Amino acid sequence: MQRTVFRSRWLPYVLVAPQMVVTVLFFFWPALKSLQLSVYRVSPFGDKSTFVGLDNFTKLLTDPDYYSSVLNSFVFAGGVTVTAVLGSLVLAGLATQKIRGLAVYRTLLLWPYGIASAVAGIIFLFIFHPSYGILPYFLSFVTTYEFNWLLKSWVAMTLVIVAMAWTLLGYNIAFYIAGLLAIPSSVMEAADVDGAGPVRRFTAIVFPLVSPITFYLVALDMVFAFFESFPVIDAVTKGGPGQSTELMVYKLWKDGFIGLNLGSSGAQSVILMALVIGLTVLQFRFAEKKVTYR
Amino acid sequence: MPQTKTSWWSAVTALLLAAALLLIPAAPALAKTEIQFWHAMTGQLGEAVNSLVKQFNESQSEYEVKPLQKGTYAETLTAAIAAYRQRQAPHIVQVFEVGTQTMMLSGAVLPVYQLMKEQEIAVDWKDFIAPVVGYYSKDGNLYSMPFNSSTPILYYNKDAFQKAGLDPSKPPQTWKQVEEYSKKLIASGATKCGFSTGWPSWVQVENMHALHDQPFATKHDGFDGLDVQLLINREFGVKHLGQLAAWQKEHIFSYGGRAGAADPKFLSGECGMYMQSSALIGGFTKGATFKWGTGQLPHWGAPYKRATSIIGGATLWVMKGKPANENRGTARFLKFISDTNQQMWWHVTTGYLAISNSAVKNLEAGYHFKKNPDQFTAFAQLTKGTATANSQGLRLGNFVQIRDVIEGEMENIFAGKKSAKQGLDDAVAKSNEILKEFAAANKQ
Repeated sequence: MQRTVFRSRWLPYVLVAPQMVVTVLFFFWPALKSLQLSVYRVSPFGDKSTFVGLDNFTKLLTDPDYYSSVLNSFVFAGGVTVTAVLGSLVLAGLATQKIRGLAVYRTLLLWPYGIASAVAGIIFLFIFHPSYGILPYFLSFVTTYEFNWLLKSWVAMTLVIVAMAWTLLGYNIAFYIAGLLAIPSSVMEAADVDGAGPVRRFTAIVFPLVSPITFYLVALDMVFAFFESFPVIDAVTKGGPGQSTELMVYKLWKDGFIGLNLGSSGAQSVILMALVIGLTVLQFRFAEKKVTYR
Repeated sequence: MPQTKTSWWSAVTALLLAAALLLIPAAPALAKTEIQFWHAMTGQLGEAVNSLVKQFNESQSEYEVKPLQKGTYAETLTAAIAAYRQRQAPHIVQVFEVGTQTMMLSGAVLPVYQLMKEQEIAVDWKDFIAPVVGYYSKDGNLYSMPFNSSTPILYYNKDAFQKAGLDPSKPPQTWKQVEEYSKKLIASGATKCGFSTGWPSWVQVENMHALHDQPFATKHDGFDGLDVQLLINREFGVKHLGQLAAWQKEHIFSYGGRAGAADPKFLSGECGMYMQSSALIGGFTKGATFKWGTGQLPHWGAPYKRATSIIGGATLWVMKGKPANENRGTARFLKFISDTNQQMWWHVTTGYLAISNSAVKNLEAGYHFKKNPDQFTAFAQLTKGTATANSQGLRLGNFVQIRDVIEGEMENIFAGKKSAKQGLDDAVAKSNEILKEFAAANKQ
């Protein structure tokens, strides 16, 4: 690789400056503010605030509702990541076959990425609504079981997982298509000659060769499921039924902006931040070792 | 991350725009004094607000009220708080009833009675309807101007009643009748379910306690202090929610979600009866494809007394720290909207309650209620019942969160995950923690 060397000493800093300003202003500054908030008890209008040390944290860590939101977040993130990564791998595999109208399929497969997650939530709400959704109507011909996610927790959780995974599909598929097309056809043909069936070819050749992409997408989808899931939850279940789809990110928003309990909300965002940083580090430390880079 | 690029560019654009704005010299002072009014009314209601403001602006030449829609109730309140902390607060902000305690203790507001006194504008407070004024008063003084008030009533599908062999002119009056009628509706195939409800906590817990003269919380439902605990896990609450949960299994009751999420259950004809805010009369008139009528909320009968229901909706709060001449404009606007004629117009246009007795009298004299009997149901329920200490309203800190806790537990109860007693005990325990937190934050 050729190294680019700047002749001027300060030019690189100037070039990096806008991004740094944005990062500091919109990421570091709010993060610091959350950190500060998390050790205060603040009245809604901010006129009264007392230093309470780690009170906000101890309250959270002794609150069963908080643990349930942590558990929900992991179930959700796990479900979303598995669904979105496996789903996109299968779809990308299909979209790299030699079929007619391939360009059209590929374009259509990328479409969900262009849909805002709040809109995706609303679409799923309309399709699955127990009262006016089209799917429960069709299901009622097949089974008498009521898929009423307004009261049934597992249905609600499945619904938001599918909705969130759907919004991530397009992006994942784009990466997988690129990865699959980069696999030299000679390798596949050789395997073919050796008598490997489609399954064997996939497990022995395709999967290891796209593993760097898989690793990247797992890390990314996980972070997305933790941080960007708010619109889907807000549009579909609002955390219900009970607290069964109340994720960490939704709870911290609700406690802060609806409940006006800024101290607790700050503490929750600090914990969430630590958690996601920890998860990412873990993934890079351990999972990356198993990844085959070419 | 895929979105980094777009957010980077939009951030840069925003920064450049902000820089450009700083360079533009301040606009010359306008002749009219501007009054900023933030509200949360959308759709038809938003248009009604704009029309109301326009009427005021055209009625005089000194002040110009500028209405601004700031999202949902919660978003409007959050926006006002953020603006206040940066000393950019609007003059008037619309806050929902559950935010009342938060506003009263905020130290950021100028109570309406005080504003009117300072500006020497006479308002006949005695003319206001008691259940509305009571909710927003402290020590007999009104803190915020009632704007849009409603109370839950019973809607029923007359066509379905007919089909089920029930008298379409007679809505059920007791819960026993609700059960009986529901069974008939289902058995005859007229509807799939008996009834549903909007705003689960407001209608089935808050209002049911008031209507049956049961306390919702200690300290006179929170009016007499911050050291408050909920009382909804007592005999009445457990009985009522236990019954709803049992009915849920038989489709007599069908849970349809929070706020207005269950509206389609009634509008689609799935449920024959529906308990929801009286402010939906307008919406149902437009949206329903069948004949419907209204009745008062059902009652369990003896041994419970019958009291009035309580209100919901929002009021207008005046933010403090504005110059006297601007406060004068705010006061004139609030006086304008409370006038009898404006109240009548507001009620007829939006379906929200008129808040003065004189407006109600005039509406009666003009045969408005004769022609629109459904619009009288709410007034009847609020004014003809006995007002008791338990039906004045609820004054709880962090009420939004408490409502959320109650509705979460209601869902657990309806889903059969918890018994009514267990769910309500949990709701009370969690709510008491929230109330303790609120008291601590406001005692310093």
